[in-house]
Amino acid sequence: MTETPPAVEKVDPIAEAIDALLEKYPGAVSHDNRQGYEGVVVEASKLVEVATTIRDELGFDYLANACAVDYLDDGYFEMVYNAASIQAGGPPLSFKARTARDEAELPSLVGVWPGADFQEREAWDLMGIRFQGHPNLRRILMWEGFEGHPLRKDWKEPFYEEEAKPFSSRWPDGHQIRSEQKNPYGMNVQYPPGFAFEAYESEADPATYAGMGVTVQQEGLKTGRMIVNMGPHHPSTHGVFRMVLTLDGETIVELQPVMGYLHRNHEKIGERNTYLQNMPYTDRLDYITSMANNLAYAIAVEKLMGVEVPERAELIRVLMAELTRFVNHTWAIGFLLNDLGAFYTPALYVMNERELILDFFEATAGSRMMCNYMRFGGVFADLPERIGGVVHDDHERMRSYETMAFLEELIFERMPRFLDQFTDLLVQNEIVLTRTQGVGILPPDKAIAYSAAGPVLRASGVPYDLRRADPYSIYNEFDFDVAVRYNGDVYDRFLVRFDEMRESIRILQQVYPRLVATEGQPIFGGKRAYQVRVPPGESYGRHENPKGELSFYVVSNGTPNPWRYHIRSTSFINLTGLSEMCRGHKVADVVAILGSIDIILGEVDR
Amino acid sequence: MDSDEIRDPYDPNPVPPDLRNNVVLARMEDLVDVIYDWSRARSVWPMFFGLACCAIEMIATGGARYDQSRFGMEIMRPSPRQCDLLIVSGTVTKKMVGPIVRLYNQMAEPKYVLSMGACANGGGPFKEGYNVVDGIDKFIPVDVYVPGCPPTPGVAAWLYHAAQAHRGAVDPYCALVQAHPVGRGAGSRAGSRPHRPAPRAGDPSRGAEGHRSAAGRR
Repeated sequence: MTETPPAVEKVDPIAEAIDALLEKYPGAVSHDNRQGYEGVVVEASKLVEVATTIRDELGFDYLANACAVDYLDDGYFEMVYNAASIQAGGPPLSFKARTARDEAELPSLVGVWPGADFQEREAWDLMGIRFQGHPNLRRILMWEGFEGHPLRKDWKEPFYEEEAKPFSSRWPDGHQIRSEQKNPYGMNVQYPPGFAFEAYESEADPATYAGMGVTVQQEGLKTGRMIVNMGPHHPSTHGVFRMVLTLDGETIVELQPVMGYLHRNHEKIGERNTYLQNMPYTDRLDYITSMANNLAYAIAVEKLMGVEVPERAELIRVLMAELTRFVNHTWAIGFLLNDLGAFYTPALYVMNERELILDFFEATAGSRMMCNYMRFGGVFADLPERIGGVVHDDHERMRSYETMAFLEELIFERMPRFLDQFTDLLVQNEIVLTRTQGVGILPPDKAIAYSAAGPVLRASGVPYDLRRADPYSIYNEFDFDVAVRYNGDVYDRFLVRFDEMRESIRILQQVYPRLVATEGQPIFGGKRAYQVRVPPGESYGRHENPKGELSFYVVSNGTPNPWRYHIRSTSFINLTGLSEMCRGHKVADVVAILGSIDIILGEVDR
Repeated sequence: MDSDEIRDPYDPNPVPPDLRNNVVLARMEDLVDVIYDWSRARSVWPMFFGLACCAIEMIATGGARYDQSRFGMEIMRPSPRQCDLLIVSGTVTKKMVGPIVRLYNQMAEPKYVLSMGACANGGGPFKEGYNVVDGIDKFIPVDVYVPGCPPTPGVAAWLYHAAQAHRGAVDPYCALVQAHPVGRGAGSRAGSRPHRPAPRAGDPSRGAEGHRSAAGRR
């Protein structure tokens, strides 16, 4: 950082809040004294009470994250909550509750923050903590009947080889064996003792359909309620997402999202990996915004390591993150229109622009989509001198540009022009207006309660953008506005993305001259190392991804592998409010509402 | 060009060289097969079915730059009943494999499967995960494997073209045939009926040599 922001007041709101809690609940609340940890530990019996105080009296009204950590050696699970203040901004207050491993049970916070719903279900599914008072405590990513809770540290997957990478079979000798060779049937499966194929019956569907309100028999009426499954194979669910709808005629009575069809065990694999090995996996989270995902993970680990990032690296990071935001929002809009029936045409326009930005990514990072570009302390490589393809043939005319000229044209001409054209074509389009205005309304209080983030939150009239509210990187040095719209319907979520793209271009136009000025400066702080040294402690790195808050909660115990690697996935948590938004609308509106939330299944299911 | 070079060993009634522009002689049953294969190869209907990251590149293949419609496969249908190519584009999980097999079973014959990317081929980077299937080919027959994580649309487009070649179509313009010319004798293509060359209507200069140079220009 070149300049420090002016210090307004010396009061630390977190410390103040902690003091207030300690005073109000002596005995039930205590400091988290472990080295590298922050926040408070709350007695489980008082958790709901303390959470209500935190929300109502202390003003931390937004539950950013809730995740479970398995402290195997100490014999307890810890549920970590991070609550932030929408009004005041700033870092979140972290509070924790512990429960014994063998009888894991905690009170549910769904009554305080409805946004905890899916996150608690996830903690039950993957970690096996029962939440008393949760209205619908079922597995969410795995299926009902799955044996065990996979994120527990003593749970071993079928292809288990060793506790942590690098595996001794592969490094340094390199005699790896294929996992299939040592597994029964050569498959990635385990059978519980006494398992019989013939007797097996999937428990998934009856559990899903229970409570969907179909048992109501309407005497004398010809129409009854019916259940419709949308997905997992449906062109408008943006991947393998499934919604179970109860319909009354065409009106939605109840909607239940079913996910996990792309649950590829990111967190379990991530806890076996070394810190750096996780970087390419973050690319595959939200695969449209891989550069921004890299940045989010780098921020979390850098916070633990305490490395300084040089200015040019920060500039390149912001450049990449904002270009990614542009790509993501164009793509989201293109596919929202796809769902509205403008089949493929807007998306084709979008792809043209995306290809250009991806060309730049490819030239810089080496890959179009899976960039794997950020490192702890900087970026992997400086911008290349030229952008161009590989020439296969003498006759082939390949385009080759100077990078900075290419960027200049892109940022100052092409992207604004495209945005203007797209705005002209779409924003006042009559079909778009009719299909989207007044549909899927999420009021501001509900948006906060459901922990919605990103454009979904800001379209509901809540100007909460982490780049402003809890600044990271060098965003506080740029001049931009937080895009906000006030109606909270599909149309406003659509418009807020246009606004954000404009702001992104504004940031990019400020980044460009500074990039030119910092030419040749270092892009890496500290020493480049394959195996980074991460001191013990916890870190919750927050980052405003194009889709909302993508944060990583990392617990280090000083070994080369993270002890806990949790992803606060914004697509996943934004879906908590989906059924609220859809109730009372027609089936055809569901795809519009889902399209306006803009989910990516890689991030929903992880 | 020497007339022997384009002479068809299966053709009992060789057409005189000066008439080759205008006359096609073939047995009816062969001709029907050929036309059927030819048209099938040029109107592949892939399923609009994205699984994971690869799906984005699959969609990008439909964009203007990579333009899969030049292979006659721009129409992606969401319904398995209307498709003949299933592109498994991404990580297959244990939760998802059931629906995929079901989709495959719902497709009408003849049907083809293209496994796109490392995950669908063999588990990819997520192979060790407890919910990941290490390769879709353990559940449904795969015709073409596309490497990459994810394959770039260029590679994908090239291999879609390969998928057309696989379907037994006699296709003088097919990229894969040009890259690995199969013998013009019987039984040269694995698992299919003996290959018979297509009677060519058109420019005689576009014989075997002509095609090769056409591919070179590509």
